[in-house]
Amino acid sequence: MAVIRDIMPAFQLLQPGTVADAQKLLAQHDADAWIMAGGMDSFDWLKDRIKRPKVLVDLSGIEELRGIRATADGVEIGAMTRLSEVVGHPLIKEKYGLLAQAAELVASPQIRNQGTLGGNVSQDARCWYYRAGWPCYRAGGNICYADTPVGRNREHAILHAERCVAVNPSDTAPALIALDAKFVVQTPKGRQVMDAEHYFVGPEIDITRMNILRPGFLLMAIQIPSTWAGAQFYFEKMRDRNVWDFPLLNVASAMKLSRSNIQDIRIAVNAAAARPLRLKAVEDAVRGRECSPATGEAAGKLAVQGAVPLQFNAYKIPLMRNLVKRAIGGVQEAAWAS
Amino acid sequence: MPSPKSEMQKFGAKYKLIGKDYPTPDLYAKVTGKSKYAEDFRVDGMLFCKLLLSPVPHGRVKHLDLSKALAMPGVKAILTQDDLPAPADSVTDLGVTIKANTQGEKALTMEPLYQGEPILAVAAVDEWTAAEAIEKIDIEFEHLPFALDPLETLRPRGPNPRVEGNVWVEEENSPPRVGVLKWKEEDFAPAKYGQLPMGKPQEEWSYGDLDAGFKNAALVLDETFVTPDTSHQTLEPRTALAYWQNGKVFLHMGTQSTVQTLAGLGRWLNMDRSQIVLISEYTGGGFGSKATGYIFAIIPALLAKKANAPVMMRISREEEHFIGRARPGFQGRIKAGFAKDGRITAVDMYAIGNNGPYDEAGDVGASGEIVSLLYQPPAMRWRGVTVLTNTPPRGPQSAPGGMQGIVMMEPILAKAARQLSLDHVAIHRINSPEGKAEWGPASNGKRAHATSAFLKEAFDRGAEQFRWKERVAQPKRSGSKVRGVGVSSSCFFAGSVGYDGLFVIRPDGRIAIQSGIGNLGTESLSDVHRVVAEVLGVPWEKCDVIWGNTSKNLPWTCVSGGSQTTHAMTRAAHAAAMDGKQKLQEIAAKTFGGTPEQYEVGNEKVFRKGGGRSLTLAQAAQRAIQLGGKYDGHEPPPDVNKYTKTSIAALAGQGLVAAAKDKYPHDGQSFSYVASFAEVEVDLETGKYFLTDYLAVADVGTVIHPKALSGQVLGRSILGMGHAMGQKWVFDPQYGHTISRRFYHTKPPTILDVPTGMQWAALDIPDPETPVGARGIGEPPVGGGCGAVLNALSDALGDEVFRRAPVNLDTILTSLEAGRPMQEPLTAFI
Repeated sequence: MAVIRDIMPAFQLLQPGTVADAQKLLAQHDADAWIMAGGMDSFDWLKDRIKRPKVLVDLSGIEELRGIRATADGVEIGAMTRLSEVVGHPLIKEKYGLLAQAAELVASPQIRNQGTLGGNVSQDARCWYYRAGWPCYRAGGNICYADTPVGRNREHAILHAERCVAVNPSDTAPALIALDAKFVVQTPKGRQVMDAEHYFVGPEIDITRMNILRPGFLLMAIQIPSTWAGAQFYFEKMRDRNVWDFPLLNVASAMKLSRSNIQDIRIAVNAAAARPLRLKAVEDAVRGRECSPATGEAAGKLAVQGAVPLQFNAYKIPLMRNLVKRAIGGVQEAAWAS
Repeated sequence: MPSPKSEMQKFGAKYKLIGKDYPTPDLYAKVTGKSKYAEDFRVDGMLFCKLLLSPVPHGRVKHLDLSKALAMPGVKAILTQDDLPAPADSVTDLGVTIKANTQGEKALTMEPLYQGEPILAVAAVDEWTAAEAIEKIDIEFEHLPFALDPLETLRPRGPNPRVEGNVWVEEENSPPRVGVLKWKEEDFAPAKYGQLPMGKPQEEWSYGDLDAGFKNAALVLDETFVTPDTSHQTLEPRTALAYWQNGKVFLHMGTQSTVQTLAGLGRWLNMDRSQIVLISEYTGGGFGSKATGYIFAIIPALLAKKANAPVMMRISREEEHFIGRARPGFQGRIKAGFAKDGRITAVDMYAIGNNGPYDEAGDVGASGEIVSLLYQPPAMRWRGVTVLTNTPPRGPQSAPGGMQGIVMMEPILAKAARQLSLDHVAIHRINSPEGKAEWGPASNGKRAHATSAFLKEAFDRGAEQFRWKERVAQPKRSGSKVRGVGVSSSCFFAGSVGYDGLFVIRPDGRIAIQSGIGNLGTESLSDVHRVVAEVLGVPWEKCDVIWGNTSKNLPWTCVSGGSQTTHAMTRAAHAAAMDGKQKLQEIAAKTFGGTPEQYEVGNEKVFRKGGGRSLTLAQAAQRAIQLGGKYDGHEPPPDVNKYTKTSIAALAGQGLVAAAKDKYPHDGQSFSYVASFAEVEVDLETGKYFLTDYLAVADVGTVIHPKALSGQVLGRSILGMGHAMGQKWVFDPQYGHTISRRFYHTKPPTILDVPTGMQWAALDIPDPETPVGARGIGEPPVGGGCGAVLNALSDALGDEVFRRAPVNLDTILTSLEAGRPMQEPLTAFI
């Protein structure tokens, strides 16, 4: 039968107004339901007629999933909060600027006005084979088209590849890991609160999904504890174009200094593997050491240990090394006024 | 270091309207969203169609069953190759018959030659039904061998993209046919060292003493360079609406040209063009891809006939990627000799163009011509091959071929400047064309020449405005950043001659100017007619420009492509204005006595010189109707095109009809020139670079409309920058599929990728070979936009980083790590 990659197929559109209703609908439709947040990832899949859900549960009408609230110990952000709201929120800017920086570098202003924080962390891989509907491992097949002798894989993984070499493209995910955020997930069996890095799943665990969400699961909110409020933050995203582009690599770090020594640190990168990577070995290695270019240099080298390049993405190794170095040792800014 | 603001420039000192900004007649509709593009129209009973695209790069439909689709409620008709008219011969304006090319592109095909090629179209009550119907079509393909990379099919046992071969073969008195070109295995030896293999070319020419040029050179460089294939990516895709009324087909579509699109539609539909009405008031960009429309517009036209209902074909962004044309990527090599002072002594150039499967793009040929003009080598050989591949069809894109030639040449000039310790502006200046500069090969012992060239002046002006010397003297390295400045020459064809102007001075005193120019966003559609108002001394507010519909009696007009419109149609407008003036003077003499020469035209009047009686334009128009004959269009000028004569006949009796063919003398070929300057800042730890400043100084003759000119000079520079900074196609070579289908894959530049303070300037020196002095500007800046960025990068990073474009952070970082260029040197589509 012929294939057409245009025009959304029909589905039943369900627009619950409360989390309770949403849960009921998700339970009722189970694996037939597709959850849509801002739609920035979903619409691509749907218009390409690759994902063909029977039921689409649109969360945009659920007020309780929106908003940024100060809590006793930090801040809670509803999963349906728009990225532009995250960027502009005074509390986020003042105390958790790392997330504001990361969110501001997502895609384009239009997409940030529509895309949500929950959607950004939960989005699917952007591998151009997978997204074009090729029957690869991630799509349930038994081949990776990007990792053949002639596969085009400039934007693919250098770490933890396991059959699939796609990467996680989220910009906010590494920032949330660095901030030690907790993800609040409603499951059919109750509410779970998990560390940010445990929300994400690599191909060695499940090659067809990027996170722990299963049918009936709902990401409710993201909580950021005050532990890292006002710490020294670093976020850098490398992309081809200065707007409307996914990361080739990004890095996020939160650091507490005692005089010039690194008292504590959390650091993560994304677009290096199928899940955002918390660089625990780097954290352990630099904790207690002087925050200096030399420490940064050593950290960068450590970060890329074990990295394996594909044919077209060897650049990601020095890139990750240098971004980690800069996150810790700082950037030597040019002295000229440009 | 910001450049001074361009707004300080003043143009048109001796004119009232020419050289001045004004609100164009389409402005308010565009900024308020009231302008209607093809997709905005709705017609009673309108159906929608969707296309079935080929899933294979080369194959044959071996089984097709439409029954389930046709049985669906709401499906009205399916169009296949069998419903298309046979390819028709065409007759040129000069009466020469051009035989139909039976191997050329068709709107639908059963033997697809690229993935994404339209196979059939389904018309249904809505798009949802049409899409569902397509999924019910049972279709199977026989897979045939395919080739994506020109070098791959040129190999002795390389696959052919078409059953008949891999190149077009030209034979006298017959249409081109597909044939086979294979090189010898030993030809490919240089590929091992990353150098372009140079087997037997399809075409070649040369002039001057090449050997002596190289022998006498102080420096000889031999460089291979690969340029990207880039989609036009016009914001308005190839959407079209068609319906039939009383035997005529009405087509709404975006096209660059209004009048000149009819010929193609007539040929593709095999219909007389008098039976076709084209409505195209607004076009969302063309850049060459819609120069005279596009063949796919006949799909809704033929479906509308078959289904007996209007049909709208909305083209999606992904479909546009496949059918929307692209620039041929080049695999090229240039050997160039330089004297100690930087003057080029000889150029030996080889260009391989990736054409896609269909009609030959002229890029390869144009590349040699432009290099010969722009760098003025005293001796040059050019060799070229245009290779067919199973990739989407190419077409002319802003400065087709010229741009690729410039991009091959510019890095060599920059490298020569470094090796000879010369200033980069100086080496460009010394090789710049000047005056009636020669170009191309000799024909009958004589080389062609340009009408004029003031590129040296553009470099002088630009070097001062860009503060070139200060920038060069600045420190290069600071922290992790390194800064570079680059300069580039650029030019392209910029004018044709021989078209018609037509306007009517109406009895109410207003002037109805008939414009056959397309509204492709350049504003030439009204800009050129400022000349009419200028010559007649009429306020612009009294002029109404009529455009965008071929039933509105338009004059024979040039193709709005090849940057020819401003030149060609200011000439035609001037000729018509002079005809109008002459007629006004004659009417006054007939009314008040005396000779026409005793009367003057101005201030909306024709009046006796030195005072006396006068007629207002309104009165003169009324007199013209009374006088009839040539004055009110009943007798058209004998030498205007027959198309114009038809329009004049329809306008006859409505007022004073002014019409004339441009017969002004013209010695040489018109080109426009640009001197481009760029500054980049590269982060050595990431390879990421920012374009921090840019200036383009244009030699376009007389400036007609500064705001529109600035849009072209900087906008087309950005088009060129995209080729340097990231735009490209990527294919999977094993399956022959495009994998870069979306903007975030093909990466056209965004406004945040270019400097906010970009500046432009224009010399405003009239071209001596045209009455208003104006030349075209659409295409000339493109090569410079790319060349200046590449040269700024090599100024920052040295010669051992890139040997192909685009240059991305991965190119830079990997090469810096290795200390030599690391990207695959020759492979297409990486």
